[in-house]
Amino acid sequence: MCLAAPGRVIAIAGNEATVDYGGVRTSARLDALGEPVAVGDYVLVHTGFAIRRLSPEDGEETLRLFDELLASLQEVARPPRAGDVGEGR
Amino acid sequence: MTRPFAFGDPERARALADAILLLAPAQRVKIVHVCGTHEVTIAQHGLRRLLPERVEILEGPGCPVCVTPTRDIDLAVRLAEAGAILCTFGDMTRVPGTRRTLEDARSTGADVRTVLSASEAVAISRKTDRDVVFFAVGFETTAPMTAAILLDRPPPNLSVLVSHKLIPPAMAALLGLPGAEVSGYIAPGHVSTVIGTRPYEALSSEHRMPVVVGGFEPLDVLYAIALVLRQIRDRSPRVENAYPRAVTEEGNRRAQAMMAEVFEVSDVAWRGIGTIPASGLALRERFGAFDARRRFPAEGVEGEETIPGCRCSEVLTARAVPADCPLFATRCTPLTPVGPCMVGGEGACSIWFRYGGRPRL
Ligand code: SF4
Repeated sequence: MCLAAPGRVIAIAGNEATVDYGGVRTSARLDALGEPVAVGDYVLVHTGFAIRRLSPEDGEETLRLFDELLASLQEVARPPRAGDVGEGR
Repeated sequence: MTRPFAFGDPERARALADAILLLAPAQRVKIVHVCGTHEVTIAQHGLRRLLPERVEILEGPGCPVCVTPTRDIDLAVRLAEAGAILCTFGDMTRVPGTRRTLEDARSTGADVRTVLSASEAVAISRKTDRDVVFFAVGFETTAPMTAAILLDRPPPNLSVLVSHKLIPPAMAALLGLPGAEVSGYIAPGHVSTVIGTRPYEALSSEHRMPVVVGGFEPLDVLYAIALVLRQIRDRSPRVENAYPRAVTEEGNRRAQAMMAEVFEVSDVAWRGIGTIPASGLALRERFGAFDARRRFPAEGVEGEETIPGCRCSEVLTARAVPADCPLFATRCTPLTPVGPCMVGGEGACSIWFRYGGRPRL
């Protein structure tokens, strides 16, 4: 029931957004979101309702957290090279 | 960059796996997550392969379909047989009740419909004069959606059979079971998006239990495991947020307010576990007219729990893995499910079956 990945908002009409998952589109109600959302934002959608807005910077922040842990354990960890950051594959 | 939130790069995965090896204590640890979506990530990406033998990851009661008590399924079957249009999420129609599934009821003429969202049940009820019952299952991620439709002037022929459940009380209840031996929890990401990290504080401090909120990309899960292990190593159990891009301390206040307006907390039965105090939701008096339990009395609905040979109750309480069950992948498969854990797409048995027997190997 739970869509793990965020989708991108491509249109908003009243209480409803059209959300794109790399070509697959669904609609999501916005009344349980509680924060403003704009076209281009990413949202987490659960059973037809958006529950959280995310910005691409949130993704970079996540990678920074991973690397922070790795750096703190430097003896064994092999932190990725600078060029890797943000290259979600 | 088409998927800015896809964290799967192999180099970081290897580095996190190395971090886990470094952080893992010498003794056996059992980390329990409470979310089918976590299990899918773990099984699909073979993450157990990256862990040392002594670090076990098990799914607890993280499948809402699986933990729905037989009695509620029996009641839904009865309402469908009595002529209501019964709407529910896909997997629910195949979960065994005492005698029949909702699919069985459909095969003998009952009107059972699968919906992807609560709004669809509303749309169906606007197009008919018949009774429409929305059988609402799910945790704190799904309950706000049921609240949303009830706050949005639903048609009078709609009622809701509420079987929503709350995750933190179940996590606490698990710890009291014989043989639980939980070393740490990975808390579910999207339940936590709604409730925030605060509801885990009491559980963590009372039981000195590491609780790390985790996301759903492979790196998110590895990172959460590493943080649990670091807490164990440092003997500093606490609530830690490994998924801050989606989870805050206070959570989604709007969704919480909607839930609080529509529901009150109640003691409810979990399939395979029993009644857990203050672990579920019931409709408030004000919404009584939309409460299927008040509108359609349930006398004589039996709710027989035991399925001979099925070990779901141990699987759902993280005291067994699917492969421990002799029926797994032999008599019990997704096409011929014996227990609910093989039906629900978030059930451990069905996930292990889909991604190959025992995903550890
Ligand atoms: S494999 Fe089937 S019978 Fe065994 S515990 Fe899982 S659902 Fe129950």
